Amino acid sequence: MDLKEKLLSSFLAFEQKVDINSTLHDVRTDALKVFENKGFPTKREEAWKYTSLNAILANDFNILPKNETAVDWKDVKKYFLNDVDTYKVVFINGVFSSHLSSTTHDGLDVCLMSSALTKPKYKMVIDTYFNQIANKEDSLTNLNTAYSLEGAYINIPKSTVVQKPIEILYFTTGASNFVQPRNLVIVGENAHVQIIERHQSLSELPMLTNSVTEIYAAKRAIVDYYKLQNDLLTADLVDNTYIEQKQESRVSVHTFSFGGNITRNNLNFYQRGERIDSTLKGITIIGEKQHVDHYTLVSHEEPNCESHQNYKGIYDDRSTGVFNGKIYVDKIAQKTDAFQQNNNILLTDKATLNTKPQLEIFADDVKCSHGCTIGQLDDSAMFYMQQRGIPKKEAKALLMYAFTDEVLKSVAIPDLQLKLQKLISMKLGVNIGFDI
Amino acid sequence: MLQIKNLHASVEDKEILKGINLEVKAGEVHAIMGPNGAGKSTLSSVIAGNENFEVTQGEIILEGEDLADLAPEERAHKGIFLSFQYPVEIPGVSVTNFMKTAINETRKANGLEDMPANEMLKLIKEKAELLEIDRKFLSRSLNEGFSGGEKKRNEIFQMAMLNPKIAILDETDSGLDIDALRIVSNGVNKLKNENNAVIVITHYQRLLEYIVPDFVHVLHDGKIVKTGGKELALELEEKGYDWLK
Repeated sequence: MDLKEKLLSSFLAFEQKVDINSTLHDVRTDALKVFENKGFPTKREEAWKYTSLNAILANDFNILPKNETAVDWKDVKKYFLNDVDTYKVVFINGVFSSHLSSTTHDGLDVCLMSSALTKPKYKMVIDTYFNQIANKEDSLTNLNTAYSLEGAYINIPKSTVVQKPIEILYFTTGASNFVQPRNLVIVGENAHVQIIERHQSLSELPMLTNSVTEIYAAKRAIVDYYKLQNDLLTADLVDNTYIEQKQESRVSVHTFSFGGNITRNNLNFYQRGERIDSTLKGITIIGEKQHVDHYTLVSHEEPNCESHQNYKGIYDDRSTGVFNGKIYVDKIAQKTDAFQQNNNILLTDKATLNTKPQLEIFADDVKCSHGCTIGQLDDSAMFYMQQRGIPKKEAKALLMYAFTDEVLKSVAIPDLQLKLQKLISMKLGVNIGFDI
Repeated sequence: MLQIKNLHASVEDKEILKGINLEVKAGEVHAIMGPNGAGKSTLSSVIAGNENFEVTQGEIILEGEDLADLAPEERAHKGIFLSFQYPVEIPGVSVTNFMKTAINETRKANGLEDMPANEMLKLIKEKAELLEIDRKFLSRSLNEGFSGGEKKRNEIFQMAMLNPKIAILDETDSGLDIDALRIVSNGVNKLKNENNAVIVITHYQRLLEYIVPDFVHVLHDGKIVKTGGKELALELEEKGYDWLK
């Protein structure tokens, strides 16, 4: 049985395990129908032209989460930002891990999607927000909706500044698992939150994650969201993130793609208010036969808004990258200021990159700029560094490190910035007496 | 110390240096002057080992060793320093970290351990004072957003840190105001001793009032066409280069 058939035929069993009577039954059933009609995306679709899931789908995955698997804190400590100063929502093979987590209901909700989906007190919120901005046409998003059960539920009330970052971690281990996390993040007026999301496989077995996150930023809310992707070479990830912003809100999403086999990031911003600021930044550093595909959309639907995109990529060996950045500007979205930049370095002749800006502009008084570069390392900078006695290999590493700096320095959590600096210098082999 | 014999070099099959002969002894200051396009910067790049230039004939010998097969970093490890006309900006790498890396790589190449942190700090402090460089400046990204003068001062600071045998200053005076020129030249003069040598490449005589040369060479069309004492620089300032063609 192939994976699609398996998913279709297991749905009944899945629904029986969860709440068959819930109002979500209709939502799930409709979503499954879309998936049934469309199936997994193939390279025949324009949006998936450069990314094929075929090889992955041939694996025999477990699709229904088992009960909690024990994982020791000491074994996974390194994947967290730190021990105490964060809220943590942690899942193992799709099941909540209470002993690794540190949730709260004290002044804000940092807890579980499963509670939010089933407990009556959350019903209104779920009816208002759940599956509202997720793309109803997208096959994989629908598949996630059909099987949505667990994930992080974060609700920050009006005027609340969350004092410590929230970490969402999804571990997979033990057997080949197909997990479908579903996160819902609601940030009230004038509230501020910082969130770090990570998917990490602990066993060298094929793992597939199809994740959906919906983020709602109310008026003047500030959301800093970080995706840290440094998974094993046996793990694949499709990340679907949908963000709706209301007036004067500021949302940034940083995506750091350093690992995994195939990683596809579908990142969608919908600006629904004036004077909104949206930031999309990323650093990709991959090698071997790894593949990372950034597929972004910024939908400017109201006047006087800004968006800033800056993605940097370094591709070694036979790795492949894709950047497709779509900017839509509605005819009423006058005075839009949309900026998009994608710079890449290919370290070998075998590494490839496809980069494509896609601008659809229907307003006449807007500023939209975009640029992309694919290059090798700057010769004159190499010579400068070598002249100071730094050997070619180290000079190269230092220059690549410098290349990523522009994005790295906009990370607003100092501990995370430090961790990323270390990760990047490790990836690049910069270990030259550097107290970064 | 440094001997250049019949040096020919080209870039993309165009010959720029057409037989340069030059001998620099320890303790000397040489000035190389000449009009634009004479090959001054090419000469400095070739000595430093820039791979964009191809040496087609001749030799560059440092303390008896032919440098032909050495990469730029190996030449640096042997004591060649080039102060760039256009120093490259390297965002994300602080001046201090860059210097630590450069010094420790040079030490490693010469069979030494990393310089202990306290010694490094002391050295940085001492040389920063020499060049009148503020502490805050050292934590900034290398050359990023530096003014022309700051870049040049930073080059000489690096020279002071690395303590080379042969320092080549390529148009170090361009873009310097009078105060920066004084600080930079003062730095160079203090670093100068009996065991090293300086080659000053310049278009104008101005810098040579501060760093006084023992010899002045005029480069024209890839060759040294005249050599004299420091008074030659003044003569060139007055008459220009045309009379030498």
